[in-house]
Amino acid sequence: MFKEMHNLFQWAWLIPFLPFLSFFIIAFITKRSKGLSAAISILAILTSLCLSIGIGIGVISSGAEVVENPVMSTVNWLSIGGLQINFGTLIDPMSAMMLFVVTLVASMVQIYSLGYMHGDKGFSRYFCYQSLFAFSMLGLVLSTNLLEMYVFWELVGLCSYLLIGFWYFKVSAREAAKKAFVTTRVADVGLLIGIVLLYTKFGSLDFYGPGSLSAQMASGFQDFALIGSVSYLTVMALLVFIGPMGKSGQFPFHVWLPDAMEGPTPVSALIHAATMVVAGVYLVARMFFLFDNASPVALEFVAIIGSFTAIFAATIAIAQDDIKKILAYSTLSQLGYMMFALGVGALTASMFHLMTHAFFKALMFLGAGSVIHALHEKQNIWDMGGLYKKMPITTITFGIGVLAIAGIPPFAGFFSKDEILASAMHSGHPFIYAIGLFTAFLTAFYMCRLFFVAFLGEEKPENHPHESPKTMTVPLIILAFFSVVGGWAALPDHNFAYFIHYGVFEPEAMDWGLAAISVAAGLIGIGLAYSIYVKKAIKAEDVVARFPGVYKLLKNKYYIDEIYQWVIDKIIDGFIAKVLYWFDIYIIDGIVNSLALLVRGTGSGLRRFTTGQLQTYALVFFFAVVVFYIVLAVGEGQLAGLNPLAMLGGVK
Amino acid sequence: MSNSFILLMTLLAPVLALFIIVFIPREETKMIKIVAAIGTFAALALSVFLFFAYDKSVGGLQFTMTIPWIRDIGVNLGLGVDGISLPMLLLTNLIGFTAVYSSWNIDKRVKDFFVLLLILITGVMGTFIATDLFIFFLCYEIVVIPIYIMVIIWGSTKRVSKEYAGMKLTIYLLIGSAFMLVAMVALYLNASHQLAVLGQGPTFMFAELAQLQYDPSFQIIVFGLFLFGFGSLISMFPFHSWSPDGYAGAPTAVSMIHAGVLKKIGGYGLIRLGVLVLPLGGRFWAPIIAVLAIINILYAAFIAMAQKDLKYVVGYSSVSHMGNVLLAIAALNITSINGAVAMMFAHGVMAALFFSMIGFIYEKTHTRNIGDLGGLAHQMPRLATGFMIAGMAGLGLPGTVNFIAEFTIFNGVAKVMPVQAILGIVGIIFTAVYTLRVIANVLFGPRRAEWDHLKDIRGPELVPVVVLVFVIFATGIFPNTLFHLIDSGVYTSGLAKVLETVGQATIGGLF
Repeated sequence: MFKEMHNLFQWAWLIPFLPFLSFFIIAFITKRSKGLSAAISILAILTSLCLSIGIGIGVISSGAEVVENPVMSTVNWLSIGGLQINFGTLIDPMSAMMLFVVTLVASMVQIYSLGYMHGDKGFSRYFCYQSLFAFSMLGLVLSTNLLEMYVFWELVGLCSYLLIGFWYFKVSAREAAKKAFVTTRVADVGLLIGIVLLYTKFGSLDFYGPGSLSAQMASGFQDFALIGSVSYLTVMALLVFIGPMGKSGQFPFHVWLPDAMEGPTPVSALIHAATMVVAGVYLVARMFFLFDNASPVALEFVAIIGSFTAIFAATIAIAQDDIKKILAYSTLSQLGYMMFALGVGALTASMFHLMTHAFFKALMFLGAGSVIHALHEKQNIWDMGGLYKKMPITTITFGIGVLAIAGIPPFAGFFSKDEILASAMHSGHPFIYAIGLFTAFLTAFYMCRLFFVAFLGEEKPENHPHESPKTMTVPLIILAFFSVVGGWAALPDHNFAYFIHYGVFEPEAMDWGLAAISVAAGLIGIGLAYSIYVKKAIKAEDVVARFPGVYKLLKNKYYIDEIYQWVIDKIIDGFIAKVLYWFDIYIIDGIVNSLALLVRGTGSGLRRFTTGQLQTYALVFFFAVVVFYIVLAVGEGQLAGLNPLAMLGGVK
Repeated sequence: MSNSFILLMTLLAPVLALFIIVFIPREETKMIKIVAAIGTFAALALSVFLFFAYDKSVGGLQFTMTIPWIRDIGVNLGLGVDGISLPMLLLTNLIGFTAVYSSWNIDKRVKDFFVLLLILITGVMGTFIATDLFIFFLCYEIVVIPIYIMVIIWGSTKRVSKEYAGMKLTIYLLIGSAFMLVAMVALYLNASHQLAVLGQGPTFMFAELAQLQYDPSFQIIVFGLFLFGFGSLISMFPFHSWSPDGYAGAPTAVSMIHAGVLKKIGGYGLIRLGVLVLPLGGRFWAPIIAVLAIINILYAAFIAMAQKDLKYVVGYSSVSHMGNVLLAIAALNITSINGAVAMMFAHGVMAALFFSMIGFIYEKTHTRNIGDLGGLAHQMPRLATGFMIAGMAGLGLPGTVNFIAEFTIFNGVAKVMPVQAILGIVGIIFTAVYTLRVIANVLFGPRRAEWDHLKDIRGPELVPVVVLVFVIFATGIFPNTLFHLIDSGVYTSGLAKVLETVGQATIGGLF
């Protein structure tokens, strides 16, 4: 069985290649035809989806064998003295799961975009970028080594840049795109340094297989102290982790993700919620052996950053009014969840949450897009209200998403979130468990706030909403379906954890006690939101009035953006760059120019001697002869050494 | 070997075009341009042929041709290419060919312009395919003259006058060459003494000069002179200030050739003459080069952020990128030297594309001031695409050959100087900042009515974009096409052996 599957897995390269082909065809051939471009792009991603499902079935039927032995097929990409890099595909349950998630969400988003982007001037360009993104993201998922992953990592970053700035005529979109690129690039420097230094030490960047990083670390690699008492592997783990911090929007690199909402909403759903932003989590999971072999400090750091981001972003989300911004901060918070899950050693739970989150967050973003589409670009939730009457499908599917993220059984989020919280508790991190639990409460609260205000509540007479076309509602229904059943992968014997885990597999039973607590936290959040925004038993204004400082702080996202802006404007642009430029013009060039002036001055001084007047020359000549004569006549004997002929002879 | 004539033909193709142009009447500007295009295309086609015909498994100098010229002092008309010079030859002709098309709309003294341009291309090509130091130097001096005239006549006055820019460019080139000349003569005299002892005549051939052993202190002094000369040429801090001013003053084609290939003679010379012939001198100067290289990378990147003129941004960015090449040379190992050569190629293609696009923008809008431009993607989507790809290559995006070159350099450098490698990698942040700012402010943003009359690049104007973008991606996606060649050059030219003996010393660092 495994052998046949092996042959199947070798065709995995087709999965990213088809979208690439589509990108190429659209860019060079069908750009002028909107319909054809969209058709090619969707056809390619749907074929990739089918292939991914095929691979998924293959992985499941191969069972334990593929869990232990990832299937890799590689070709040489770069081979020079001291540097050998292969590119290829890696199939194991983790990548198979990601393939399915990415192709599914990407297909849904592309189909949805048919409706959402209808009539846009850049329709073909949009699908061109979408295909390029699908290629890059699928390539990232299938990467066999760190450099290959870094290549695709940067390419998804490029696509994100292009799609955030898709409406490039908007100054806000242009600036957001730039901010996203620069912020993630700052973080990527850490990752790149890590990659380069790892290669210098190990001579390989492969994840698995003979001679790979994991193999060398497992077979007696002697770690040593590098900076102070911090060991080499710990430093490497921390460096590598900086990249994911940027990509997955962890504090303090989170600033780009809310701004990224300037892109078209389906893009936010695909790239900035379901797939690209989880690439950081995926990278840490792939490199988990590094963190595991490093000292516990590395994973503690991951856990602290993750849990801090989770609660930090959740508190901001409470005070936001823009529907997409709320979802963006919610995404940050959930990414923090996945990160701290990894930090407490729960790779399975993290990956599980990654999968379920992709379903319900993409669903909610697309739902938000459906609303924005219906209300002609209105994004403030207070301008909405009573949408459930006119937009039943959007409302119901969005509601499913809210219940899923709030962790209410039997929806998907319940299983994954509960697994994370249980792992935090069982691995001896009660404090992180507490933060996670409180975040779960906050999440339920602000998501229901959004839902109650926008979908229930009073209708606004100025709005004339209508249900979106089928191209948009069908993807919503499909994603809603997965948001319900996605979590059930935890239930069977050969469950999610059986396939995706780190180290030895130990089946773990549900901890119903902890589950009850987290469900209670979710229900309290929902109840609170209900009493404030539906019942109006507690007035939101009163709460704001009681804590004006806190509200202002949250509303302004803790002023982090302002601080960064200040550093860039005042320190980097206003001071360093200006001072260095001044130095370059006035000191470096000043020296050069004064040397030139010196030469010119000497030249014009000497020029006086070459007047071109024969009389002057004759006069000088005459005086020289007189001086010579006197010298020779008076000082004969003593000055014999000055005899020009003697000198020439002496040198010869 | 009949193949040896191919190299000579490559060199003579632009010369032939030049002679034809001399006999075309001044008014026939279209004809002049077409002949120049054909001449440079022939050279390009031949160098592409050489690129693929070169036998990498054998390596060494191929397509050689050695004709004794001045027997008394041992000058040979020696031509030949190996894995290090062949990429440079290809680069020269890629840029030469596209430079002709980037100058397609020129209408002032067309004949003179193209005659000088062809001399320039021939001269640069000659330096790379010369196997004889004397010829190398001769070709280098040929280059200086047309550059000066072209800047003075066809240049533009911005922050500094074009006369100042032309003068600065030329004087730097000449001062550099003066030091090179001293070093060259010293090397020649030392070598001929050694050869006389062995009973052989004097020679200028690189390969033979590299065979000899030189006294360490002699190596240090002569390498120092070369470093001064070639360092000025590759815009090493603090001898870089000609570069931004010079590019800003020069016409598009000169900026392309200068930033694209002429500068690389500095890096090429440091490798071929410096490291290969005088390895001990190289080892002595390496720590100093490394420090200056880091200054190049970071300092120039910061200054690029403060620029308002497009050409100044790219000018400073090229200073910054050359820091990577210098850093790689300072690391003195096989990987890093591979990276240095690749980086010169990659940066050359990218800088040429950038200057070509800026040239078109300037030609159409008559401004290069970033603040006055904006939203050009509305009116000129093709130009915007080319501009953006140049920017993305400049900031080292994977998929472009520039990324691989940088990665190779950082890998090589990290083996011996981890701290410097880290500082070099940090530089990519600032590169991204100024590049993305330029892209955002020039191409994106609201549509500006004052640019609505602009026409997108079309017809012959498209040639530079198509050719250079193709090369950037082809070598970026399939790096082995380029890197195998360079690697064979590093191994078979004897560099690898030299590097193994001098490169082991780790220079500082915390590992």
